[in-house]
Amino acid sequence: MSVMLLIEQVLNGLQYGVMLFLMAAGLTLVFGVMGLINLAHGSLYMVGAFACAGVAAATGSFWLGLAASLAAAAAAGALVEVAVIRRLYDRDHLDQVLATFALILVFSEGTRWLFGSFPLYLSVPEVLSGAVTLPGGIEYSLYRLAIIVAGFAVAAGLFWLIGRTRLGVRIRAGESDREMIAALGVDIRKLYTVVFALGAALAGLAGALVGTIQSVQVGMGEPVLILAFVVIVIGGIGSIKGALVGALLVGMTDTLGKVLLPVAFGTVMDASDATAIGSALASMLIYILMAGVLIYRPQGLFGEAH
Amino acid sequence: MNLLKSTAAAMTALALAVPAQAEDVKVGMITTLSGGGAGLGIDVRDGFQLALKLAGTDGVELIVEDDQRKPDVAVQLADKMIQSEQVDVLTGIIWSNLAMAVVPAATAQGKFYLSPNAGPSALAGARCHENYFNVAWQNDNLHEAAGAYANDAGFSNSFIMAPNYPAGQDALAGYKRFYEGDLAGEVYTKLGQSDYASEIAQIRASGADSVFFFLPGGMGIAFMKQYAESGVDIPLVGPAFSFDQGILQAVGAAALGVKNTSQWSKDLDNAANRTFVDAFQEEYGRLPSLYASQGYDTANLLLSAMEKADVADQDAFRAALKEADFASTRGDFAFNTNHHPIQDIYVREVIQEGDVFTNKIVGVALEDRGDAYAAECNM
Repeated sequence: MSVMLLIEQVLNGLQYGVMLFLMAAGLTLVFGVMGLINLAHGSLYMVGAFACAGVAAATGSFWLGLAASLAAAAAAGALVEVAVIRRLYDRDHLDQVLATFALILVFSEGTRWLFGSFPLYLSVPEVLSGAVTLPGGIEYSLYRLAIIVAGFAVAAGLFWLIGRTRLGVRIRAGESDREMIAALGVDIRKLYTVVFALGAALAGLAGALVGTIQSVQVGMGEPVLILAFVVIVIGGIGSIKGALVGALLVGMTDTLGKVLLPVAFGTVMDASDATAIGSALASMLIYILMAGVLIYRPQGLFGEAH
Repeated sequence: MNLLKSTAAAMTALALAVPAQAEDVKVGMITTLSGGGAGLGIDVRDGFQLALKLAGTDGVELIVEDDQRKPDVAVQLADKMIQSEQVDVLTGIIWSNLAMAVVPAATAQGKFYLSPNAGPSALAGARCHENYFNVAWQNDNLHEAAGAYANDAGFSNSFIMAPNYPAGQDALAGYKRFYEGDLAGEVYTKLGQSDYASEIAQIRASGADSVFFFLPGGMGIAFMKQYAESGVDIPLVGPAFSFDQGILQAVGAAALGVKNTSQWSKDLDNAANRTFVDAFQEEYGRLPSLYASQGYDTANLLLSAMEKADVADQDAFRAALKEADFASTRGDFAFNTNHHPIQDIYVREVIQEGDVFTNKIVGVALEDRGDAYAAECNM
């Protein structure tokens, strides 16, 4: 196990982590501020990816596609909030799960109807294609590096938004006492729509960025959604800081676990067995991590105890 | 009196119609038509339907259902087709884990299963069945050929990688059966995995002189695109599944010059193949893949057996299938004792024709290859 390989895997873990953060940030805001479990968050990720693929194919520009992914996911989010989600805030979690699961089916079938069931493929834009040599002689994909930078930039932007702006103050106020800020004259319904659209836009951005190196297909959001839930449970529900730390922790654990566990088992058994057992255990690792965090801190790393 | 006459006539007509109906064969096709594996199922289905159309027969009633690459869905569909649709023949499954879930139960219930793709080792050896015919290959075959090719090309330190499911394990076993060099690394990925950053980093650090990988459908597209972005330039070797017509169009120039092994190629020079390639392009407006050729051959095998025997007479129908008396797009084709093919396997190279990426044959990797499991099969 060389140092170069380890550093490259750490970069991979970071890249995976920031993508999870983009998904988890919206989920944790919606859960924290509105108390809503939104299973359809993965569908918004898919909407962003398809909007990017569709616009990039039509115009030939990846950047227009990226802008379209933000706009389409935010618009879809706002629409869904006004049409469906708004009616669910006072219901219990089971009703929310049922309704948002129905939304998954609607989004999936709708997308299948529009784009067909065959996956779409995006190309990495010319400026970001190929590999770069980092200090120390490590070669790494420029596009993945750009994802890491973009993810941290979005995280910084979100911290600023939540911590330093009037909108952020209202969001935090809405989180701790929604009746009081409504009584103070803040239009809480509009605030909820804005928060929901913001979370949706972040999910759509993640979908477009990941869709570019993987594939854009119906149902691509659900596996990511499950991980995003793991992230917010680890980080603490409602906490952006928790989402960031949780996402990086999950990204690192998963990536490094997949590499290091087979090597570790390889020292005590033969190679094929070590690969089989190592990779099987690696896929459980993030859930073991979640269980460990829940035992140590049931409210999550940065969650507030209720 | 008139009434009596016409009733008698009607009854005679009905009586005459009965044998003709009995010759009809009901075929249930369970295949993958959505998600990352959709390209394979769509090609098998289109190839199968093309053969029926060219034969001009209406004796086959075809029911097609999407298994979404999920074993539980495939099992439900098979139950429905066997119990309520009462099909005579099942076919269509792409993925070996789905085949393992469906095929043993279907053949045990007295149905014929003609595999247009999956050929897991378990079904070729001890668990072979007289009603199970594989028209494509035993899973190991193309990988064995890739191992043989790697020796010829002088590779001696391969990094090998496949998804962790029956066909993936067969793939690495097949490659290692013929490949004589060392292994720089051996990695199992998750079935349906879409991000290969971690594996690519391992390849980069492994010091390998070649990478053998088996990643069919969307997995192969994702890997090839990410490999091209990564700056790693170790030569790739693989079975045709990693470089089929669907993958090449999405990957583009990054795959040019790569060698891969296949039992079929669109430039194979025989009458059946020329007819197939031309008709497929005319019908669907795209080049056929090996999956399409397998679907087409499966349908033609079925039609050849229907000409000789009634599906209700299972022994006669089975014997007719076993003869494999049809014009295969692959040229020579025969069934081994375990009802798996004996056929030539070729080495192909990825080339560009106009703005289309495709394969051309550059050599023969294995001649008249059966499989490693036939001896374990007692039928």
